Amino acid sequence: MSKIKCQCGHENPEGTQLCEACGRPLSEEAKKSDIVDMRYEGSARRSKTYTTSIVDKVWNFFSSVTVGVWIIVILLVTSAIGTLLPQRFNIDVPPNIEAQVAEYYEKHYGIFGKVYYTLGLDNMYSSWWFKILVGMLGVSIIIASVDRVVPLYKSLKRQRTRRHASFMKRQRLFGAGPVDDPDESIEQAGEAFKKLKYNVKIENDAMLAEKNRFSRWGPYVNHTGLIIFLVGVLLRGLPGWYVDEAMWLREGERKSIPGAQGYYLESKGFTLENYDVEGEDKVFEDAIERAGSVVKNYQTDVVLYKDKEGALPGSEDLEKVKEYEIVVNKPLTFDGYSIFQMEYRLDELSGMTFALVNKGSTDSLGEFTIDLTAPERKYELGEGTYVQILDYFPDFIGTRNGKMELDTATPVPNNPAFIFKLVTPETPEGETSLVEIGKPALEIDVTDKGTLDIVENDYQVKFLAADTHDMSGLTIRKDKTLYLLLVGGIIFMIGVAQGSYWQHRRVWIQKDEKTGELLLAGHTNKNWFSLRKDIDEVAETVPLPSYEDRADQEDKKEKKGDDN
Amino acid sequence: MNNERKANKKKKRSIIRGVALAIFAIVILVSLTLTPGKQKGLKPGDMAPDFELVDLDGNTHRLSDYRGEGVFLNFWGTWCAPCKREMPFMEKQYQTFKDEGVHILAVNVKESDLKVDSFRRSYQLSFPIAIDKTEAVKDAYQIKPLPTTILIDPDGKIVEIVQDEMNELEIKNYMEMIQPK
Amino acid sequence: MDFASLSSNLLFISFITYLVATLFFGGAVRKSKDEVAYKNSKWGTIGLALTIIGFLTHVGYFITRWIASGHAPVSNMFEFTTAFAMMLVGAFILLFMIYRTPSLGLFALPIAIIIIAYASMFPRDISPLIPALQSNWLTIHVITAALGEAILAISAVAGLIYLIKNIDMTKRSRERFWIEVVMFVVTLVIGFVISSVLFSTMGYEAEMNYVDKDGRDAHIVYNNPPLFAMNEYEMVTEGVMTPLAATPPIVNAKTLTTFSWSVIFGTVIYLLLRLIFRRPLAAVVQPLTKKANSQLMDEIGYRSVLIGFPVFTLGALIFAMIWAHEAWSRFWGWDPKEVWALITWLFYAAFLHLRLTRGWEGKKSAWLAVVGFIIIMFNLIAVNLIIAGLHSYA
Repeated sequence: MSKIKCQCGHENPEGTQLCEACGRPLSEEAKKSDIVDMRYEGSARRSKTYTTSIVDKVWNFFSSVTVGVWIIVILLVTSAIGTLLPQRFNIDVPPNIEAQVAEYYEKHYGIFGKVYYTLGLDNMYSSWWFKILVGMLGVSIIIASVDRVVPLYKSLKRQRTRRHASFMKRQRLFGAGPVDDPDESIEQAGEAFKKLKYNVKIENDAMLAEKNRFSRWGPYVNHTGLIIFLVGVLLRGLPGWYVDEAMWLREGERKSIPGAQGYYLESKGFTLENYDVEGEDKVFEDAIERAGSVVKNYQTDVVLYKDKEGALPGSEDLEKVKEYEIVVNKPLTFDGYSIFQMEYRLDELSGMTFALVNKGSTDSLGEFTIDLTAPERKYELGEGTYVQILDYFPDFIGTRNGKMELDTATPVPNNPAFIFKLVTPETPEGETSLVEIGKPALEIDVTDKGTLDIVENDYQVKFLAADTHDMSGLTIRKDKTLYLLLVGGIIFMIGVAQGSYWQHRRVWIQKDEKTGELLLAGHTNKNWFSLRKDIDEVAETVPLPSYEDRADQEDKKEKKGDDN
Repeated sequence: MNNERKANKKKKRSIIRGVALAIFAIVILVSLTLTPGKQKGLKPGDMAPDFELVDLDGNTHRLSDYRGEGVFLNFWGTWCAPCKREMPFMEKQYQTFKDEGVHILAVNVKESDLKVDSFRRSYQLSFPIAIDKTEAVKDAYQIKPLPTTILIDPDGKIVEIVQDEMNELEIKNYMEMIQPK
Repeated sequence: MDFASLSSNLLFISFITYLVATLFFGGAVRKSKDEVAYKNSKWGTIGLALTIIGFLTHVGYFITRWIASGHAPVSNMFEFTTAFAMMLVGAFILLFMIYRTPSLGLFALPIAIIIIAYASMFPRDISPLIPALQSNWLTIHVITAALGEAILAISAVAGLIYLIKNIDMTKRSRERFWIEVVMFVVTLVIGFVISSVLFSTMGYEAEMNYVDKDGRDAHIVYNNPPLFAMNEYEMVTEGVMTPLAATPPIVNAKTLTTFSWSVIFGTVIYLLLRLIFRRPLAAVVQPLTKKANSQLMDEIGYRSVLIGFPVFTLGALIFAMIWAHEAWSRFWGWDPKEVWALITWLFYAAFLHLRLTRGWEGKKSAWLAVVGFIIIMFNLIAVNLIIAGLHSYA
């Protein structure tokens, strides 16, 4: 690497704008400028120094903040486009059935919907190009930061107290003029700046007062936080780092928790509660009346179990871990897992009560209740009287293709049907009938499977009542990256606060070697107003040359106006 | 001399940059293939998770007790049509292979005793049938569709996972596959 | 008097106080002869004192409503928007204390006033919290996010002053056109408020039955003459205006009608003002910005982004994610409101980078600040009322 040797004797890396030590402008551009560009202290950004190979070109591409801003803008615009229509996981159609998704968009949003779907915007945030954009942003953040932080650090470390006059003159805040005792002024100014919590260095008839240099690292700290966050998001994709499962749990049911092996959940009951216009919710009366009804609470009371030490799945050798009331915003947590109340279904059939009735006299011989999740084989109703379940179809198919099919479509009791054998002292042989919910009983002879001969029975079962239970839709999550994401977020916040709420301020005061005048210059990376206030405060007690803010044209005009 | 050092340094820097860029590219490409929330899933070659179930006759079956013998582990439901179709074939092959060191265990996923018992009677099945009441075994094997059949060799390793209906010949071949040599 | 009615009275008092305070800030700008007088003008001091009184009563509204409802009053559109206006005034007071610029008050307060007026057009009932909102994070997340947005909004106010002052209104130019568009949009909001107040004092009501986008029968009540009717509508109320057209099922004709009335009223108001002044509105208000120091406005614009950006990140993204994880089981779900918070964040990130490395200061930076405010308002208004996902309020 060729070095640029400054007149002050300091060797600067190639590409340096301002001498790291004395601040003399080195590049043509810097020499010509009125106010020097103080970004990165005029140091040589490493990216700018090589442009030969393809690797360097790619590197430099990502090192450019302009490129970074473009990536941000593209992400911003595409994200906005993704909100024009609902994403596929937010519509009322199963998101994995392409044909239905396509139909949904066309039906609801016409030709625009079709185009939106065809372009894949219905699942934009998971698309490969969106992920690549986010990845490129990450790369841009890393490369651009690395390329800047190192030279900036070196440059701030190497700065000398005494700067060259050409550097001073090119600062935004600059003043020059004679004072009675320059050395005394420098000393006093040093003391005054110390009182304002500046770090002050005095050497060679020059003073440097510096404050909050650490705020310069803010951007790099917050970028580190962002990268940690993005790494966390990336790790979630690895198998085992992130569990996302769902389960439906009926009241009274105990089930293994998917994704959390060895743990079981039992529902003791689901509660849906609305706000009540009377009583303590009276203050909400108007709002409730306008809305009709407002839900106050969804709650599933659960018991968490786990396999006993050494117990195998299926053995049901369990021990209770805890009881908990899962409500929205208060998930059940255990062993890194969280279980959330997400959905519910009310009133699934759970039991049916029948009476055995003599068709002629309509006398009841007794009642029995069938638990649909665990029906019994035989219900005794008295001496020599019982009802036997020959078969049970939770979701009875009934007639299909003109033929009676004794079968069930699903294991869920959507449409229960039974084949009963009714035995009474008068009919010790038993009569059989097929009872389907909501339909007249079919009196049949099922002795020979397949042929369903209609017969005439003396007895029948009569449906009396149904019991129902509710189902809770629960989501099971485990996210090992959460803490990483949180750490990333915290580091980002520290960095962004560090860079935003503090400013790196520097004031240089030095005696001009030739004229003996005092030169004063000030620089801050942001918040010039406060820097001016600091200097003005010092200038109240210490004789200093007056200065001007050369970016503030109006101020200059007004000051000139005062002179007139 | 100076030039040489400069060239070396430049070369070194290019290499570092190249490696860094390559790593970034790989990370991004790998991330494209990942879907958060996917479980690892069992695959042939894995050890079959041990479990313990009681069959309809009250006999306890613990997978690890069958070490040294093949296990034909079938997950099914009475409502599932392909399950019903393959049951008679399984029964037939069971008669041949039960003395050849192959066990069949048909695990019904959470149905009522009455329903499963009625089913067994009407299909006249003699191999052991157990009901996975809490779905713990189903979850341990991460079973999605029914029927799914897991073929476990005498060492307790999964040989094959069949997520489909099988015909008689396939059943026979699978049983031969896990038969102790 | 119970807390609920006390709180609405307090809000009304603060509304009036802000109006009066604006006049005093106007006085400070008009009466002071030079920079120093302007900074320390009596009018400005009174304006500030009034603003602080208004702010305190506004806080009083907030606290009493909190007591009345039992939860932080940020749970529906009215509550959130009024809270936002309160934070806007708070942020203004903070920046005024630092920079002492009456011009800022002259522009910030009317915006706060318009926002309160806009908020009052929504149902003001104290509403109960649905289960998803029953969390301390509601208080933490919404208040921090609103505070961040309010501070960012001050940057737009400073930007607006900068632009109005520095754009040459005597010559035709793109920037003169766009600044006039901004003024026009402000009159549209005023049009919305005036049309809503007018129709509601008239007690206008039009009921209709219609078929919604899923093919179900539904029922809707308009509070303004139905310019547009819902899909396959059938009027229930008699003697009301016959709609010009029915909209396709995915378009909410009621929202469209309200929007159209706002445009009609706003445009009429705008044209009237143009007739009265015979100049673009931006040129009309330009003299009010004369005393504002451009450099200072630029600095305030930048400073408020610097102060507001971390607060916004914390409230609208980090706290939001923590809460979303607790309530909805995932910290991020690409819900429109979430996406627009991210868009806002990305936008201000771009703002900061452009300023830092591309040297976008002055007009460019001012325009960005104004656009940022438009994005924030879009997220507040359009995303809630039109796009609506999990965050849709009332």
